[in-house]
Amino acid sequence: MVLLNMMKQKDIQHLYWRAGFGINARDLNRLKHKSKTEIVNALFHKSSTSTDLELDLSEFKNYTVANFKKDATLREKLNQLSAKKVKDYNKAWIERMMNPNELLREKMTLFWANHFVCLNRIIFFVQNYNNTLRSNALGNFGDFTKAISKQAAMIVYLNTKQNLKEKPNENFSRELLELFTLGVGNYSEMDIKQVARAFTGYNNKPRGDFWFRKQFHDYGLKTIFGHSGYFSGDDVIDIILEQKQCARFICRKIYSFFVNDTIDEERVEELATVFYKDYNIETVMQYLFMSDWFYNEEYIGTKVKSPIELLVGITTSVPLEFEKNIDLLKIQKLLGQILLNPPNVAGWKGGRSWIDNNTIMLRLKLPSILLANGNISTKEKGQFEDHFRRYYSKTNKNKFVEVEVNWESFDKNYTNSSFDELRHQLIVPELSHGAETYLNALSQTSKRDFCVQLMSLPEYQMC
Amino acid sequence: MDRRHFLKQSTLASSLFFVPNFIKAFENIATTSLGYKRLVIIQLAGGNDGLNTIIPFNNDIYYRNRPTLAIKKNEVLKATDELGFHSSLLPLKKLYDQGQLTIINNVGYPNPNRSHFRSTDIWQTASNSNQYLQTGWIGRYLDAYGNKPYNALEIDDSLSLVLKGHDMNGIAAKNPLVSFRTSQDPYLKNVLKHHQDEHLSEHNLGYLYKSMIDASSSSKYIFEKYKLGSINQNYPNSEFSGQLKTMAKLIGSRIETKIFFSSMNGFDTHARQPNKHAQLLKEYAECIEAFVLDLKQQGTFDDTLILTFSEFGRRVKQNAGNGTDHGAASNLFIIGNSLKTAGFYNDLASLNDLDANGDLKYTVDFRSVYATILNTWLAVEDETILNRSFSKLDFI
Repeated sequence: MVLLNMMKQKDIQHLYWRAGFGINARDLNRLKHKSKTEIVNALFHKSSTSTDLELDLSEFKNYTVANFKKDATLREKLNQLSAKKVKDYNKAWIERMMNPNELLREKMTLFWANHFVCLNRIIFFVQNYNNTLRSNALGNFGDFTKAISKQAAMIVYLNTKQNLKEKPNENFSRELLELFTLGVGNYSEMDIKQVARAFTGYNNKPRGDFWFRKQFHDYGLKTIFGHSGYFSGDDVIDIILEQKQCARFICRKIYSFFVNDTIDEERVEELATVFYKDYNIETVMQYLFMSDWFYNEEYIGTKVKSPIELLVGITTSVPLEFEKNIDLLKIQKLLGQILLNPPNVAGWKGGRSWIDNNTIMLRLKLPSILLANGNISTKEKGQFEDHFRRYYSKTNKNKFVEVEVNWESFDKNYTNSSFDELRHQLIVPELSHGAETYLNALSQTSKRDFCVQLMSLPEYQMC
Repeated sequence: MDRRHFLKQSTLASSLFFVPNFIKAFENIATTSLGYKRLVIIQLAGGNDGLNTIIPFNNDIYYRNRPTLAIKKNEVLKATDELGFHSSLLPLKKLYDQGQLTIINNVGYPNPNRSHFRSTDIWQTASNSNQYLQTGWIGRYLDAYGNKPYNALEIDDSLSLVLKGHDMNGIAAKNPLVSFRTSQDPYLKNVLKHHQDEHLSEHNLGYLYKSMIDASSSSKYIFEKYKLGSINQNYPNSEFSGQLKTMAKLIGSRIETKIFFSSMNGFDTHARQPNKHAQLLKEYAECIEAFVLDLKQQGTFDDTLILTFSEFGRRVKQNAGNGTDHGAASNLFIIGNSLKTAGFYNDLASLNDLDANGDLKYTVDFRSVYATILNTWLAVEDETILNRSFSKLDFI
C-alpha cells in the first residue's frame, strides 16, 4: 500500500518548488517513501502557525508625534532612518524565505504581496502590512481583504485617506474591484463611485493603527451590484465576495502562480467552486496540491522562476548569507523584482515577462556570481586545465557581491548524490539535448563546480 | 511562429553570434543609411495633468474647478490668447517659439479606461478600450520591418509591452556596459554552441534560449556603439536625464535603432500636487532641452522626432487632497525640425462638455498620431501595424 501511494521524486520536487523554494537532496530523500497525503499535510501542518517578521525599532521609541510635527530636521532624520529600516526589512524578508520554518506560509506571503500590492516608506506601516499578509496568507479571504483595507500602508498608498464624504477619492475603490477582487470588466464606473463612498473616513494613526473618522464617512444609502443599503467598507467587501467572479479571479491568479501561466479555464472553475464555498484559502490550496492534475507532466518544470524564487531557490541547495543589504538590493533591481518596491499597483506580471534580452544573461550568471564570484568552470574531460580560468581571473578580480557561502552544508546534503543524481535534484525540467551533450563532455570531478554549472544552465531558470 | 520565419530567425541569430566579423558588416550598413529617420517616445507615467501643463488661462470653468490647484494667469507662459505653458516649461516654450514643437490637444480614445495599467496597455498596444492585445505597436513594427531586436531600444532595466512583438522583442538596456560584460561568459557561450534549434519553440525553455541568443549578439553590438558616442551638453541630474544621455550617446554613434522608448515616473498626483507637478515638469523640460541641444550639435536632430504622451490626463475638478484623480483625454507633444503644423495643432476641447466622469472628451484618437508617424515619418504601412486604418493628421 505504502509503495503504491509513494510520491515520485519529480512530483515532490514540483510540489516543493511551487509551494516553497525547492528542496535539497537530504530533505528529498527523507520524503521519498511517504505518500502524497502525508507530504501535503505536513506542509500545511508546519504552516499552521504564523510568526511575525519584526525588526528592532526601538530607535524610534523616544520620539513623539508632537516633536515630529514641529521639528523639520528631526522629521528628515526619522524619514531617513525609516527608509534604511525598510531596506533592512527587505533583507530580513528574503532571509526569512531562505530559512523558513513556515515554508508554505512564506510562499503564500510572497504570492499575496503581489496581489494586495502596496508600497510605503514608513517602516511601521511596512512591517504591519507584511505581517498582515503573512498571518492571513492561509486564512479567510474576506477577513483578509477587510484587514488590508484598514492597513495604514494601503490607506496611504491608494489615497483612502483623501477619500472624504464631500470629495470622494476613487483610487482605492477602483483597485479593490479591478485588482484585488473582481478584475477588469466586472464592474461599472458607477460601482466604483458607490464603493468609494463606503470607504470614506478611513484613516490611520501615526504608528499605523486604523482610525475611522466618522465625520468624514458617508452614511448615506448606497447601491452596489444591485444591493441597496447603508453599507460600510466591510459590508461592501462581503457584497463583492458574493459574486463567484471574485473566487474565479483569485483562483485564476493562484493557478497562474502555482500551476501554469497558460490558464486552463476548466481548472480555474474547479478551484473557484471550492474557494467560493467559504473563501478559505487553506482549503483551496490543499485541494490544489492534492489534485492529481497538479502533477501533470505538462506543468512540471515549465514555469519561469521569479527573481526571488531563483535567488532563494539557489540557497535551498547552497545556503549563503549576504553581508551587505546593498548587494541584495542590487541583484533584485537588475533582475526586476525588488521586494517592498513593486513597479505599480498591478504588481509584477510574472511568467515569461521575467525574461527578456536584458535580464536573461544576469539571471544565468546569478548562481555563479553568488557561489563562485562569477566563475563557471569550462574544464572538459581529459583536459588538465580550464582554458578560461585566466579569462575569469582577469575579468572577475573584484568581488561582485559579498556573500558567505556555506558549501559545507551543500557537501553534507548532497553527499550521497552521484553526479547524475545531482543533475536531477537541481534541474526540474528535461534537459535540452545540447545542454546534456555539453554536460557529459565536462569534467565531472568536483560536485561544487558541477552544481554551479548546472545552476548556470537555462534549464535551471525553470521550475 | 511559422516554420519559415523560425528558421530565418534562428539561423540568423546563431550565425550572428558566431561570426566574429558581424560587427564590421553592420558598420558598413550603418554608414550607408545615415540619413534615416528615428523616433523617440517618452511616456510620462502615472497620468500627467494636461490642464496644468498647458493652461487655459482665460477659462473660468478651469479656475472654478480648481480653486487651489489652478495655475494663476500671471504665472502662465502665454503662447496664444487662450493657452500657455506651466512656468516650469520655459525650455519647451522656447522650442515652441522656434517652431519645433507641436501640441496636440484632447488626444484619447473612445470609452477611456482610467486604470494606469489598462490605459498604458491600450496606449502601448494601440488597442481599443475593450480589446486585449499581447503585442505592442512598436513590437509589431519590429515584426513587420525590424531586422534586429535593437532596432527598438528601451532605456530601462526591463522591457515594456510596447516593444514586445509576436516574433521579435526590442531590447531593454539601461546600462550597455553591464549588459555587454554579462554576455561574454565563456561557459554560457559554450552552452549556446552546443545548443540546437529543437527547443526554439513557443515553450518557455525555447523562449529562454532564444532570448539568450538575442541578448548575446545585441548587447555586443549596442556596447560597441555606445563606446563611440559622447555627451556634449550639461544635463540636469536625474534618472530621466540618465536615460536621455544614454539615448543621445547611442544616437550620436549612428546606431541602427529606429525607435527609442523611455518613461519618466511620478505623474500620479492624487495629493499635494502643485510642488510635485512643478518639479516633474521642470525636470522633464530641462532634460528635453539638453537632449535636443545635444542632438542638434551631433547633427541628428533633423532625423529625430520626439513624441511625449501620458496614459491619460486628469479630472478637471480637483480632489480633496489638493490633487487630481485619473482623467481621460489630454495633450501630447511632438518635437522635431520637420513639423508641418508647429504650435497648437487644434483647440482645447470644451470644458463645458465633459464626459460623465467630469473628464475631457477626446477629439483626436491617439492611433491617428501613431498612424501619421508610421506612415509619414517612418514611411511604413501603418495599417499593417495598427491592424486597421486611422485617419492621418497633418503635423509632419
